[in-house]
Amino acid sequence: MADLETFRKETRAWLEANCPAEMRQPPESEEDTCWGGRKWVFKSEAQRVWLERMAAKGWTVPEWPRQYGGGGLSHEEAKILREEMRALGCRSPLDSFGIWMLGPALLKYGNEQQKREHLPKIARGEIRWCQGYSEPGSGSDLASLQTRAEDRGDYFVVNGSKIWTSYADKADWIFCLVRTDPKAPKHEGISFVLFDMESPGVSTSPITLISGKSPFCQTFFEDVQVLKANLVGQLNKGWEIAKFLLTHEREMIGGMGMTGGRHRSLGEVAADTVGTEDGRLADPVLRAQIASFEVDSWAFALTLDRVGDLFKTGQAHPAVSSMLKYYGAELNKRRLELMVAAGGSEALEWEGPRSRDGFTVRSWLRSKANSIEGGTSEIQLNIIAKRILNLPGA
Amino acid sequence: MLRDNARSFLSKNAPIAHLRQLRDTPDSVGFSRKLWKEFAEMGWAGILVPPDYDGLGLGYVEAGVVMEELGHTLTPSPLLATSVVAATALVRSGSEAQKKAFLPRIAAGDLIATLAIDEAAKHRPEKTALKASNKANGFVLSGAKTFVIDGHVADLIIVGVRTSGSPGEERGLTLFLVDGKAKGLKVERTSMVDAHNSARLEFDNVAVAADAILGTPGQGWKTLEGALNAGRAAIAAELLGAADEIFARTVTYLRERKQFGKLIGEFQALQHRAAHLYCELELARSAVLKALQTLDESFENAGAVVSMAKAKAGSVATLAVQEGVQMHGGIGMTDEFDAGLFMKRVRVGQELFGDANFHADKLARLNHY
Repeated sequence: MADLETFRKETRAWLEANCPAEMRQPPESEEDTCWGGRKWVFKSEAQRVWLERMAAKGWTVPEWPRQYGGGGLSHEEAKILREEMRALGCRSPLDSFGIWMLGPALLKYGNEQQKREHLPKIARGEIRWCQGYSEPGSGSDLASLQTRAEDRGDYFVVNGSKIWTSYADKADWIFCLVRTDPKAPKHEGISFVLFDMESPGVSTSPITLISGKSPFCQTFFEDVQVLKANLVGQLNKGWEIAKFLLTHEREMIGGMGMTGGRHRSLGEVAADTVGTEDGRLADPVLRAQIASFEVDSWAFALTLDRVGDLFKTGQAHPAVSSMLKYYGAELNKRRLELMVAAGGSEALEWEGPRSRDGFTVRSWLRSKANSIEGGTSEIQLNIIAKRILNLPGA
Repeated sequence: MLRDNARSFLSKNAPIAHLRQLRDTPDSVGFSRKLWKEFAEMGWAGILVPPDYDGLGLGYVEAGVVMEELGHTLTPSPLLATSVVAATALVRSGSEAQKKAFLPRIAAGDLIATLAIDEAAKHRPEKTALKASNKANGFVLSGAKTFVIDGHVADLIIVGVRTSGSPGEERGLTLFLVDGKAKGLKVERTSMVDAHNSARLEFDNVAVAADAILGTPGQGWKTLEGALNAGRAAIAAELLGAADEIFARTVTYLRERKQFGKLIGEFQALQHRAAHLYCELELARSAVLKALQTLDESFENAGAVVSMAKAKAGSVATLAVQEGVQMHGGIGMTDEFDAGLFMKRVRVGQELFGDANFHADKLARLNHY
């Protein structure tokens, strides 16, 4: 315990000395969050320095082993780091699918060469990854995917198409589910492969969402050659890795709205727009909705901590990630519904500096995908019913 | 360890049949004094009482474990009012003489104590109007209290009294220690829906000595809030236990009951509701645990998290009993079946020391909106 207290003091001192002031402000636009990669253009010098300093300590991925670019911290130490970052309002130095999804999968299923090749580049923000999972005909029924990879000796040839590939147009590499045995039952003919998005035959086409933004793409593969060294795990055993990785994706989506710098609270926003009477919001119905949301939001944040601890000690049911995904997604949707309601007509502005180009209204629209992406809320409830509650026939 | 012991003891010695027996063969007490003595022998009656006063000196997390297990069996006992609420007030604000006089007897299971605060149908402690007038060598109390847990058998009543200011103000409250048999105190036992125990008290010029004040005159709010917060977290733990129990029974029923030639648990309409309720229970569990931990680690700063936990546990337990009765169908409506007993106790627990609305409002005020 004394060691942890020392660690806390040293961490706080280091963060105070090394986190630029600008990186302690809440993010105000998408570009304020650094995603890294070959194509990344730093929004400011502070953003670049902050990533460089954190990466040098391995603190972009605090719990990964040091030899792969991580911080080698224990779960308790990493928690302290998160708490101290939250206390100072430090932004995350680097967010990426490499950190949240591919990294944990490679640590568990990758061979030594794959770990040494890919993990440090994720940790330093040099390579940005995207996820090739859903296909036009395979949404909730992901295992029905049709993109195929044919064996040509030293390499596979990949043909097909992926959809909802987040930031495919900005990513450098893709981790991708492909069908390697079309005759096997649908879960048993899938493999997990990695390849460079600059490979000949790869093209992307952004999809404009209701938010007016294009975070997702459709991605096309035409005779793309993938070296067999880039097969992760065993041939035709990719579904296990896919599921493992989905649990990480679900935790990530579930945790949204809980991390990052300080946000203005709903109560503060509403106090500005609807005003207060005797210290209470002048709209008592909205006030009640906000208060009820804050009860749930706090209880959910505590659940993320508690279940996170249980995960690390192996005491959590593996399917509780579905609970975090389901509840976190629904909560974030509720938060943004209330944010738009509290903001009134000001929150409806779509463009212009006053609204930061419609930050609130576009976030509200974007949040509607939270309960669809990574497995819909209904799929999560199915998983909870079947795997945790052992209900029949689910 | 404590949880396992509590669970096996209660399921053996005070299962739900015990509550039914108390309800169906009423006596003047409403709980089993024999069982309470056994609680004391196991240390539960003095779970929060420091060892110097013969208690176990454990924390709120441990008291919460016992309360949660009592929620599974719906066992009426003085634990909440005597060992959590009154003990907290005495331990934190009692004079040495007061502690010596009462705490060892609480730990021994020889003294039933309670807090009398509510005066109207809804919990609003700052609206206290029951007043004290100076009299030679002390005071006289006049007014009325309601929803006083175990008030009909309490030996010691901690009474919230307005000594200055006016109803609605937190300042000007004083806590008095009043003998349950004091002259001028009229006690009316109230028969409640959950077959647990409560009373209405009328104070008709009840004389109390000057040394009957608990803590500082006019500054009782802090002690009162502390005792209430301890009680709120404890009842939240009991609500969680009751909600867990009815949920487990409901899920079992979904796996066994057949209609249309199928197990009803195969129907997605029910699966999704059960899965949603599972998530809500996990949130309530996190909330209750954090509230109890905060009382142990930083008692003075626990107000917000306790309100959050009481609000969450109250609304989740309410959902759990509603779904429990609905998913059991007709049998859930019968008195012979236990689901209704959970619904009744949860409704009372939800109301006790402030319902979910009260605590959501309090949280909003603490957050300045």
